[in-house]
Amino acid sequence: MAAPAVKHEGTHDCRDAWARTLEELAAQDPRIVAVVNDSVGSSKLGGFQKKYPDRLVNVGIAEQNMVGVGAGLANGGRIPFVSAASCFLTGRALEQLKADIAYAKFNVKLIGQSSGVAYGELGPTHHSIEDFAWLRPLGSITVVVPADSWETVEAVKWAAVHDGPVYIRLSRMPVPDIAVPDRVFRPGKAELVREGSDVTIIACGTMVHLAVAAAAELEAGDISARVLNMATISPLDESAVLAAARETGAIVTVEEASIHGGLGGAVAEHTAGNLPVPVERMGFPGFVPTGSVEWLFEHFGLTAAGIARTARKAIGRKRG
Amino acid sequence: MLKNDIVDTIRQKALWMRRRAFTMVFDAQLGHPGGDFSAIDIIATLYFGVMHYDPRKPDMPERDRFIMSKGHATGALYTALCAAGYYPEDWLATYMQPNSKLNGHPNRNYLPGVETNTGPLGHGMPVGVGIAIAGQLTNSDYRTFVLTGDGELQEGSNWEAAMTAGHRKLCNFTLIVDRNRLQQGMGTEETNGLDPLDDKFRAFGWDVKTVDGHDVQALLDVLSTPPSGRSKPLCVIANTVKGKGVSFMENKASWHHGVPNADQFETAMKELV
Repeated sequence: MAAPAVKHEGTHDCRDAWARTLEELAAQDPRIVAVVNDSVGSSKLGGFQKKYPDRLVNVGIAEQNMVGVGAGLANGGRIPFVSAASCFLTGRALEQLKADIAYAKFNVKLIGQSSGVAYGELGPTHHSIEDFAWLRPLGSITVVVPADSWETVEAVKWAAVHDGPVYIRLSRMPVPDIAVPDRVFRPGKAELVREGSDVTIIACGTMVHLAVAAAAELEAGDISARVLNMATISPLDESAVLAAARETGAIVTVEEASIHGGLGGAVAEHTAGNLPVPVERMGFPGFVPTGSVEWLFEHFGLTAAGIARTARKAIGRKRG
Repeated sequence: MLKNDIVDTIRQKALWMRRRAFTMVFDAQLGHPGGDFSAIDIIATLYFGVMHYDPRKPDMPERDRFIMSKGHATGALYTALCAAGYYPEDWLATYMQPNSKLNGHPNRNYLPGVETNTGPLGHGMPVGVGIAIAGQLTNSDYRTFVLTGDGELQEGSNWEAAMTAGHRKLCNFTLIVDRNRLQQGMGTEETNGLDPLDDKFRAFGWDVKTVDGHDVQALLDVLSTPPSGRSKPLCVIANTVKGKGVSFMENKASWHHGVPNADQFETAMKELV
């Protein structure tokens, strides 16, 4: 497994928030169970296991079985949280996600751990940058990508009471809290993190705080950038995307994922069909070279400076 | 009901299911009649001699569950659920028609009594194992039955689930293998051999029984034995004949998804009495 990601002052690993919240929910609702593929440690479920040993179903290294067992537990009236490294949960068990979860519409919560390129040097076999493109067409699975610990807590709580399949995509990269006054978690809705009129940066997950930093950098150059935290990738908040296109005329999408078929793809699909404006998609073009998470972010421009640079490019593509 | 009466009832239901399923396939000119006919005696035994359920309450928590993992054999499943009272017979006439609830593979959101969506092979066992684990967690008495094809056991997901069932000693779980020895193109043993299938399951921590999958009395004996005396999951290897009941279909791989013409349909109906 990868070395722990570098932890900076004031940042938090969202997996801690996930694990703490699941334990709290499990204390209130005996129907909640966890299902893992030998991923107790990487899912931070050691505490859950101690408190509720019978309610932790470890099927071993067998992801197809893990997801099917999750569907069966839901059939039996349980509320399963199936937690595993997102690369294996989505890649290895994709047909189970399609047939057993999405098509059958079982009330299963899927928690993709250490997503994106969190496993850095371990390479593309262990990266999960394709998951958005795989899950978006499956429709009935709500895809949520929390940006920080607060949003992780809210997303997990919501998933526990929502009647339907949910995929929550977590990182292991410590991230700072996003500063938004009086925050309310609204699944399926974009969160306005910062108002702006020249361009809209639409980000999710680990990229949101970088988008905020980029907007601050742009402001210093007299560019007003709106920042949307698109925590729900599917279904997409289409009205927020259209408002961004109409009111700011240019969009940059930023995600720790492939630029094909994910957040950027969803935004581009929707604007192209309704209100075409320049859309710049930031993320990874394909399998990435060897390197640490920090190096990969830098290499692909997933930094405040890189996002600001791309925002200027998008503004430059506006007509007239 | 006396045991002989139960056996007679099951046989009558199975005969009706064969005739009705073949009519559906003839009308739709689509379906998988060979696999329907190898499985029908097993399914009829479960629904009319073994399982506890109430078609008026398809979500009743304590119901026994049946999963048709070989989801293509919808002729067998849909006629069984209809005969069990989950929906009226006129629904069967819509088989595979546009917007029908009777899709080519079962969808639990369309039809009451369907426990999970199947079609791609190797999905029923893991879901069934999850249901059985839920039963253990809630101290429920319900039983979970999964029917797989034999060729289907070439899918690795089955063996992942078989390990879990053995490891967790899921005595409330029963797998029935429709061992007709044919997959869609040719024999299982010519394709990717399964034998010795009984030893494989024993090695995974299961009890194994082998029966004639068309002998209703034998099926009833092995399937209706309550799991209380067991400490392992049960695998019933049901030796069957693909296309059972119609002379020109029996043991012919071409009837996996072959459909009858008018003459063949008429001949079959004369034999199915």
